[in-house]
Amino acid sequence: MTDTRVTTTSAEDAATSAGTRQPASALTVDRLSVRFLLGRKGKAGVVHAATDVSLRLRRGRVLALVGESGCGKSVLTSALLGLLPANAQTRGRALLHGPGDDLDLCTAPERSMSRQVRGRRIGLVPQSAASHLTPVRTARAQLAETVRQLRGTTLRGTTLRGAASRGDVDGLAERAGLSPAALDAYPHELSGGMAQRVGFALALAGEPDVLLADEPTTGLDRVLVDHVTDGLAAAAAEGTAVLLITHDLAAARRVADDAAVMYAGRIVEAGPAGEVFADPWHPYTRGLLGALPDGGFEPIPGHPPELTDVPGGCAFCARVPDPPGPPCNGDPEPVAVGGRLIAGHVPC
Amino acid sequence: MLSATDLVVGYRRGRPVLDGVDIELHPGATVGLAGPSGCGKSTLAAVLALLLEPWSGSVTLDGRPVRRFRHRVSAAERTSIGVVFQQPRLAVDPRWTLDAVVRAPLVASKRRDDGIVAELTEAVGLTRELLGRRPHEVSDGQLQRACLARALVLRPRYLICDEMTSMVDASTTALLVHLVRSVAAAGTGVLAVSHDDALLDAWADDVVRWR
Ligand SMILES: [Zn+2]
Repeated sequence: MTDTRVTTTSAEDAATSAGTRQPASALTVDRLSVRFLLGRKGKAGVVHAATDVSLRLRRGRVLALVGESGCGKSVLTSALLGLLPANAQTRGRALLHGPGDDLDLCTAPERSMSRQVRGRRIGLVPQSAASHLTPVRTARAQLAETVRQLRGTTLRGTTLRGAASRGDVDGLAERAGLSPAALDAYPHELSGGMAQRVGFALALAGEPDVLLADEPTTGLDRVLVDHVTDGLAAAAAEGTAVLLITHDLAAARRVADDAAVMYAGRIVEAGPAGEVFADPWHPYTRGLLGALPDGGFEPIPGHPPELTDVPGGCAFCARVPDPPGPPCNGDPEPVAVGGRLIAGHVPC
Repeated sequence: MLSATDLVVGYRRGRPVLDGVDIELHPGATVGLAGPSGCGKSTLAAVLALLLEPWSGSVTLDGRPVRRFRHRVSAAERTSIGVVFQQPRLAVDPRWTLDAVVRAPLVASKRRDDGIVAELTEAVGLTRELLGRRPHEVSDGQLQRACLARALVLRPRYLICDEMTSMVDASTTALLVHLVRSVAAAGTGVLAVSHDDALLDAWADDVVRWR
């Protein structure tokens, strides 16, 4: 095993240096930090929502970003879609790789984000899809409208100006696991699972290169969770790069190719999902898995820190001192070890 | 015992959601009720919480038939049964601190705090600092901890948990379920409704599965 400090901290770099060929990157998040200044100029405090986060989304793969509620993972969705509020400050880059050039999502003008990125190059599967649907129009009307808007103005858009064919809309519905007949329902007639699938179809309408799914399974029953994760896997199989942000480790285990674990706004462990979930190195990852009903059912003591008051050094050891395993070196920065990334708790 | 016999209940005339259902909750025992969304398990939970009146059939609380439901339930019946719902944000007044949320049933029934608030808030892991916050200043999981403490603050003889953990992460789930198991061990009868079979297998003494 090698233990090398890396500048762009991503497990793939480590894997590449170990000689593994990797599929093409669609989106590279490079040491991204997001802070929110509270009060005038931050006098009432600073929220460290994300700190030095590096991730790589690759075509054809699902990356699961996991952690408890309040660990900072959902701010990434807003950052990548250019939807951060005015009091946010970012550092680092998030490069959306295009055929010709890269677009830094942290600095791109709103005009580019709204015309080229949101709904087009990046699709969003939101937490509660039902609340994003207009109550007075059928699911079919809303999908057709979205397809028309997206295809009418893209450069790649061909002859679809004006109308989306019934077949286009039915095809989208089927890719999202909906029977075309269900499209003629109004939102209030759809179950939570059906509404979630309409939301999924809307996210696919722009044929995005990248799909962001932000807690898409919350509140759904296990059968519907499986439908959602199967849908994400199917999108990946078609070549989409998928980021699944979730606190549902069972869903993440089911679908992820790669995994990253976030605690107190930082990535504490990352690597191939099978390895991370079967042999977690970080005590926080072990704690998350050990809380599952089939993993021991033991809660992690305490709470994640307030993101206005994140302890220095290893934030997890400030919550649960001296966890079992190799001693913590106190460094919050992940290092590459054997194709994986680990912060503080480097295996011996 | 809290029981229901031959329940028929629904929301629209002529379309019962439950048709001829029986269930018994015994002190100190936990019944798990599993099944997909829309199978009627939350409807049964609402009847046992005395929040929904059945069309026919009977509900019996510790040997006495329950004759009134919803806001017409007697104070003695209401305080015998604690309830925790799926969505904590819909179950609390957004203007109240978590401390006020937990104490609300004591205030409403004019009972004194004999130390139960401190005991429960410690058990659910809510610090003094968190108790001073309002719902928008805490996570769903932290708010649900307050909702469980509120449901237990009158030491109910029965507890109805309707998808209590489906919005919260695994660690908070484990913590909340451990507390409910400990109150069951001390004599409370529990109905645990969930779509998560693996969770109910780890939680309940018996699991009823509906399709
Ligand atoms: Zn540590």
